[in-house]
Parts: sequence; C-alpha cells; structure tokens
Amino acid sequence: MPAVTVRELTRRFGAFLAVDRVSFDVEDGEIFGFLGSNGAGKSTTIRMLCGLLKPSSGTATVGGIDVERDPEGVKRRIGYMSQRFSLYELLTVEENITFFGGLYGLDKRRIAARRAFVLEMAGLKGREKTLTRDLAGGWRQRLALGCAILHEPSILFLDEPTGGVDPVSRRQFWQLIDRLSGQGVTVFVTTHYLDEAEHCHRLALMHAGRIAALGSVAELKQIFRERAVVEVRTGSPMAALRALDDLPTVEKTSPFGTALHVWLKPGIRDTGPLRTRLDELGLPAEPFEFVQPSLEDVFMDVVAREEAASS
Amino acid sequence: MRRVGFLVRKEFQELRRNPRMFPVIFIAPVLQLFVLGYAATTDVKNVPLMVVDADRSAASRDLIARFDGSPYFTVVGVTTDDADIQRAIETRQAWMALSIPPEYGEMVGRGQPVTVQVVTDGSDSNSATVGMAYASTLIAERAAELAAARRPPGAPRLGSIDARIRVWFNPQLLSLHFMVPGVLALLLMIITTVLGAMAIVREKELGTLEQLNVTPLKRWELTVGKLLPFGLIGMVDVILVVSLAVLWFEIPLRGSFPLLFGLSLVYLLCTLSLGLFVSTISHNQQQAMMTAVFFFMMPMIYLSGFIFPIENMPAIIQPVTYLIPLRYYLVIVRGIFLKGVGLESFWKDALLMLGWGVTVLALATMRSKKTLS
Repeated sequence: MPAVTVRELTRRFGAFLAVDRVSFDVEDGEIFGFLGSNGAGKSTTIRMLCGLLKPSSGTATVGGIDVERDPEGVKRRIGYMSQRFSLYELLTVEENITFFGGLYGLDKRRIAARRAFVLEMAGLKGREKTLTRDLAGGWRQRLALGCAILHEPSILFLDEPTGGVDPVSRRQFWQLIDRLSGQGVTVFVTTHYLDEAEHCHRLALMHAGRIAALGSVAELKQIFRERAVVEVRTGSPMAALRALDDLPTVEKTSPFGTALHVWLKPGIRDTGPLRTRLDELGLPAEPFEFVQPSLEDVFMDVVAREEAASS
Repeated sequence: MRRVGFLVRKEFQELRRNPRMFPVIFIAPVLQLFVLGYAATTDVKNVPLMVVDADRSAASRDLIARFDGSPYFTVVGVTTDDADIQRAIETRQAWMALSIPPEYGEMVGRGQPVTVQVVTDGSDSNSATVGMAYASTLIAERAAELAAARRPPGAPRLGSIDARIRVWFNPQLLSLHFMVPGVLALLLMIITTVLGAMAIVREKELGTLEQLNVTPLKRWELTVGKLLPFGLIGMVDVILVVSLAVLWFEIPLRGSFPLLFGLSLVYLLCTLSLGLFVSTISHNQQQAMMTAVFFFMMPMIYLSGFIFPIENMPAIIQPVTYLIPLRYYLVIVRGIFLKGVGLESFWKDALLMLGWGVTVLALATMRSKKTLS
C-alpha cells in the first residue's frame, strides 16, 4: 500500500485555485519530490497532507488515514518541517527537543534517548545550552529536522527545508535525508532547487496548481529523447540567440550560463544550418556539442508547454 | 495533561529570556497604580477663592478667615469690586468667588438674615459641585454658631432641623479609597488581556503555531497551557497591587483577603480568556493589540461603572453593562475593600463573572483551530 495516495485533490482560496485536481501516489520508503516555482501550489498540497489545511475537494490518505476525516490521526504518524524556521528561538537546543518530545507524548527516558540521537545527528553536541536564536542556518535546519522526527514517524514532510542555507549545509542535510530514506522512512519534499531534485527517487513538476509531469529524473528527461540539444559557445551569445531562433530547423533557444542551448526540431540532428547562419553573421563559434538536457531544461520546457496549452 | 505541563514550562523559559516582559508584568502595574492612584482623584482641596469684601468689618473678616483656614480653600485675593470676580475666574486665577455685601456686619450684629453670594466656575463641573458643597457647609456652620450665640442659655432650638450625616465605609469620603480598588481591577484587566491577546497570535506570526498544530496537542491543552502561566503572573500582580494599596496607600482592607484573591482568579479567567479569544481572531500582534484595546477594553472601562455610575447611564445602555466582567469585579473588589462584605452580598456578581469567563474561554478554545478550513 502506498504511503500517500492523492486523488483529485483541490484547494481554493476564494476565487484562487491553488491546487487543481492533483492525483499521485507516494510509495513506501521513497523520496518523493515536489518541484515547482513559488506559488505553484506545493506548500498548499503539503499542508493538506499534514492535516493543517482542509481540502476543498478530492481525497488524500497518509499512512492509510484519510486526511480530511482524521487529521489528528495523520499528525500522530508524520513529521513535518515547514519552510519557515519554527522552533522557539528563546529556548535552548535541548529545551526545544524536550518540549517537542513532550508534545509528542514521549516519556522521560525516551526523550533522553531521542535527544542524544538528535544532537548527534544534527552535529549539535556541546551546543545543548545554546539559544536556538544564536544558531547558524545549517544547524537550525538540522535541529528542526531532528525535532520533526523525535517520535520516529514513518512519513516525513519537508516543505522547502533548505531555503536560505549555504551549499555545504544543504549537502549535509540531504545526506541526512538519504540516511532516513535508507531506514525506510518515506520522505515527501518540496523544493525549487533543481540540484536537490536529483536526490529524489521520483519527482512531480508542479505548475499553476497542476502536476505537469511526474516520474523519475531519467523518465522526465525522456521528453527530450526526440529532440537534440546543441550547446553553442560564441563571443556574442545574445546576437547568436536572435540569429538562430528563427532558423527552420530550430525549435527554440535559451541562454545557458555563458553559452546557448539550441533545441533542434524533433528528428533533426544536422547542425549544418546553425554553422552556416553564424558564419554569415560573422559570429565565430567553438565546435558544437550535443548535450544531455538538465532537469532545468525539462522544467522550463514543461512550464512553457503548460503555458502554451492554457493560453 | 502532561502536555500542558510542557507548555507551561516552555512559556516560563521564554518569559525568563524576554527582557521586555519583566517591566511589563511587574513594573508597569506599580507605576500605573501610583499614577492612577494619585491622579485619578475627585477630591478637591485648596480651591483658589477670590473674595469681594464690600463690608470690611470684623464680621466679614471672620468669615473670610474661616474659608482661608479650611483645607479646601485658599484665598487668592480680597477686593471690593464685584467686577474682579469675572476677571479672576476667566483667567482661572480663582475657581470660586465669595461676595460679601456691605451690610453684612451690621445685619449679623442685629441678628437679621443676610445673603452672601458664592460664584463658581462650572466649566469643571466636578470641582464646582464639590467646592460648592464645602462652601455651603462653611457658611451654614457660621450661621448656626451665630444663631446659637443669640439664644438664651437653656432655651430650646426652635424651627431648625439638625441633620446629622454619617458617612459609612469611607468616612472621610476620600476618593483615593474609592479609586484604588478600581485601579486594581483596571490594571489586572489591561495587563492580562494584553498578555493573552499576544499569546497565540505571536506564535502564529513566528510560525511556531503551525509546528504545534502538527503535533498531537489538543486545542484545550493549548488554551490551558497559555492560561496557566499568565494566570500565575496575574496572581503575583494581585498580591503586588493589593499589598501596595494596603501598605502604601493605607486603604483599609476590611473584608477577607482569601475571598478577594479567589474572586480575583475568577476575574483573571475572564480577562485572560478575552485576551486569548482576541488572539484567535487576529492575524498579527498589532491587530490583536488594537482589537483588545479599542474594541474591548476602552468600552469596558467606560461602561463598567469605573468612571460613571451605571445607575446614571441611559436605560438602553444599562443592560449592556451586564456583558462586562469588570462591572462585577468592581462591585466585588470595592465591597471587600471598603465595606468588608462577603459573598452573601455579591454572590450574583461572582456567579455571573464566572459564567462569563467560562463562556469566553470555551469560545477561545473553539476558535483556535488546528486544521484551517
């Protein structure tokens, strides 16, 4: 049985449709990522799954429990970490752990054991008496994660857990997530960092309240199987961008760092016309390279198609 | 229940580290008690008095000396021209004026009726009323003395009614005695309602409320977990303010302190529940503050009988005052302090206050949703 099942889940805020008939399953023990821009409906979905927000329509079960019928039952089985840091800043590290352990109904011995575990996991040994306010970003994040798993939930919801955290801390954080997943915890995570999405076993790309694409990273990249992407490096990329955009063999172009990515139309692999065009304009370019599309390419492509379809 | 214990402990850990809380909780009530205790007084003393003495006799000077010698008046000038009265009162140099006619001494000597005029500045109607009462008393005393002096010794007093007024409970009619117990009620309401109003909405703003909402914490546990620590603070304030009232302001506490304390707890239940209710209907601390102060506390103070007697309010307004817990507590706190009476005389007020507190607490608990719809 899947850890999470979602069917036609919808949430309105007045006239605004934040989540629009979303359906998917999350398998037991997988890391499931929700990728999308701000306002795509990621947080709204996660908050409905955690029993914090009532769905307008549709159903969802978490650990086999209906979120609308028994939100409190769901809360006993899950851990949740919101995108805002939500521990008590005026409490010390260990006071926060004890407090949340108490709220989850752990007894004294259990709280002590879990406190040791969290301090170890978050690398906060020796900082037990530090005010949470005075912790740096990475430590706060790991402490918040620790407080969310004090009661050893089998399903963990993380809403943009690494916002505003430096890259080293982000890497450490994801190591912890991988470790939890290895222990059989199902992890449901939202992010807008594409590199983080690569850690997920499966990904749902969300756009304007709908799931625009869903699958493993490899599966998602399949949408480019028919289309070759050419990386073009030239001295004046903006001029090249405009010149190549209206070639008949080119589907679209986009800047990629200091280079360009040029999508050829499905089935076309001949880069001759590109070279000819740049030569005509006197824009010398390095030798062309076929490249693997990145997750960012996938995401941009999916969003562009969704936009085109809805307009 | 164990969860409530964790909440209370957390609340005190936070309070201890919040440097702004100590002054708000313990210094503010003391300061306010002093300011309100001394400033919110309706006693009138040393009223500046202008005297027009057209008689200039020994008799008129005797009357003037009686005014000047009393603690209620200070003679700021003696003149012979009635026109000076207007000038003195307009410039607020004098609040009252006494005009003695030229024939005063002669008439008094002959034992005939004579009229003196008292003018008062009605723009401050409270002081005017009090000042006039003092002036009438002084003049009446003098008249009585003159009448007694002319009566042959042993002869009965004829045709005069001698009213002997006895003031109960506050014999000197000191407004301080009346005000300070009221100030206690007011202070407790302001401090605890504000604390309560900040309590939940602050966590909403910080984002910690959402984290609490994903734990198995129950709604009533959250409400009680906020109520208890602030209730404890309120109890300390009750002891603090009552001690100051008795030891510093020397207000007699004629009734039972345990009863006062117990009913103060019921009152705290009302004010804290009101605060928590405001907290649940507000989105941020600023909004909670505005709602608590302007929508609830100000009307409550005006309509509670703290300033204006309820009996003097228009008939339509009077029923509204039953919705105000401060009304009941004022009856109780003044009753215990000044009259020394007990539950037998205000059990109805106590019950209504308890009912109010329980109702609003229930409302606040129902409003604090864990799942937003």
